[in-house]
Amino acid sequence: MTAARSLAVDLGGIVLPTPVMIAAGCGGTGRELVGLVDLRRVGAIVSRTITVTERVGADMPRIAESPAGIVWETGLQNPGLDPFVSGELLRLARGGARIVVSIGGGSLEEYVHMTSVLQGRPEVAAIEIHLSGRDDELDRDVLGAHPDRLNEIVGAVARMSLVPVFAKLPGGCDDVVGLARTAVRAGATGVTLLASPPALGLDATRERLRIGTVSGWLSGPALKPITLRAVFDVAQALPDVPVIASGGVRTGEDAVECLLAGAWAVQVGTATLTDPAAAVTVAQGIVRRLNAAGLTSPAGLRGRLRPPEPAGAESHPVSTP
Amino acid sequence: MKRARAEILSTRRVGAYRSITLVAPEIAERSRPGQFLAIAMPEGRAFILRRHFSIHQASRHGGWAGTLEFVVDPSVGAGTGWLAGAGAHEFLDVIGPLGKAFSYPKRLTNCLLLAEGRGAASLFFLAQELVARHKRVDMILGGRTLESVFKPVDAKRLSQTVVVMTADGSLGERGGILDALPDAVARADAEVVYAVAPAPTLRSIAAFCREHRLPAQVAIEERMGCGFGLCNTCVVPVATKDRSAYENLRACVDGPVFDPSRILWDRWLGELPIVPPTAEPVPAIPHGGGEP
Repeated sequence: MTAARSLAVDLGGIVLPTPVMIAAGCGGTGRELVGLVDLRRVGAIVSRTITVTERVGADMPRIAESPAGIVWETGLQNPGLDPFVSGELLRLARGGARIVVSIGGGSLEEYVHMTSVLQGRPEVAAIEIHLSGRDDELDRDVLGAHPDRLNEIVGAVARMSLVPVFAKLPGGCDDVVGLARTAVRAGATGVTLLASPPALGLDATRERLRIGTVSGWLSGPALKPITLRAVFDVAQALPDVPVIASGGVRTGEDAVECLLAGAWAVQVGTATLTDPAAAVTVAQGIVRRLNAAGLTSPAGLRGRLRPPEPAGAESHPVSTP
Repeated sequence: MKRARAEILSTRRVGAYRSITLVAPEIAERSRPGQFLAIAMPEGRAFILRRHFSIHQASRHGGWAGTLEFVVDPSVGAGTGWLAGAGAHEFLDVIGPLGKAFSYPKRLTNCLLLAEGRGAASLFFLAQELVARHKRVDMILGGRTLESVFKPVDAKRLSQTVVVMTADGSLGERGGILDALPDAVARADAEVVYAVAPAPTLRSIAAFCREHRLPAQVAIEERMGCGFGLCNTCVVPVATKDRSAYENLRACVDGPVFDPSRILWDRWLGELPIVPPTAEPVPAIPHGGGEP
């Protein structure tokens, strides 16, 4: 007798119908994806990153294409916490998907305030902490890149929150495993790996920067190997911690790679911008792989990664030049 | 808004451009002038974002019912270059119609339509709809060379007068569409202005219309990420209704058609060295706190 096949995953207290979420800033405001994707078949939608007060966002231009990616900067444009809670959050939830709210800020007080408002809302399934912004209080560039500050912010949010809390670690940091360990010790349910790394877009012909705010962030397929490395390293060090892979996941195969590397779930971001139904097609790709491998759950893919074959083993059909 | 796997019925060269006709009945029947399509790029290329094209024609009746036409400038980049090379019977992943359309004047009748290059594509669709509403249409078409002026001959069928401007003087008058604007407004007794052009040109058109108290609508051609409102990257700073503040509106869902008098051009494109005179005092709009 075989167990029923299910795509559901339990991320330390939040059960998602599929392990494929739409990443922060790519799921719209509850209106845009209507008719383009059945949101009940999406694992969860992470909201755009919300701040306590409204942000009008970055100067234009905000996006430039790069090989297999995009360089972008929205400046966390959002309506602010209260309008979000009374409007966008309700609309997003009405679509039928579980809602993870991404919160960002420049001070401890802002994170604490947002958690206190959000944790009682029935629409909020989990909180993802955006940690790549500027630290206004300590006058530092990237708030979450410093273990002391990461510990403080994540700890405060996690202690207060009634729903699971995921720390989205900044991209481009040195010690991802160390930061992940800090976040989990501070009380995070799990970690999202990684936020987009900082990037620059240049136009050589016109001798200009392509992004209005000078620097931006890199997203898209170009990131996948970086995501895999971060997921693999953290999953090896912290095997019991839910890891969500984010960055460069576009196809079912990409997602399977992340799950094999140790992820519990994946997020699709940039892929949703070109294929609004990407979260569903990626999940279908996972199903195909589960069926082919005779597995009953995405969790079954975790830890199936075999160590490298020893040198001289017979399974190397490709000759080296 | 629909997503369709649409077959290319035909493609043809129009001057420097490539015009592509698709079979997409569900999108065609909803399409209005000013709206656009988002076309997916092929798998396995370095470029990943959809490309966005204003709708040139949407046929709802007759022998071409259910077809859509849009215009590609192959010189723009790799994505449009690929699309310009696509042939009949190939299939494209299309989302549309997207964005807010031009609105038609109820009372006013004399409409002046001006566009630079490929931007004219959507104005032909608009001209048809205006003519069907018994409006007078006059056009100014511009381009760098005669090849890049879009359909100057066809324009004559739709409009009372057509003025053609080229940067090199190879067709019509030498100059830009702005140079022809004051005369054309006077000659056509224009009451409403519609324009599609690069943002700096639109800014000058906006200043002219404001000075002459002409209602106007402009369709902006910002580079978009997704085209359906997710990515928040194609924004334009637009004053709120009471003009006490501004918000960055997404050109894809809140535009691409905007009232140019509400766009904060200086905020968007940087301050001009010489600020054009305005008929009314420019309201003070506080700068909001952007991302540090």
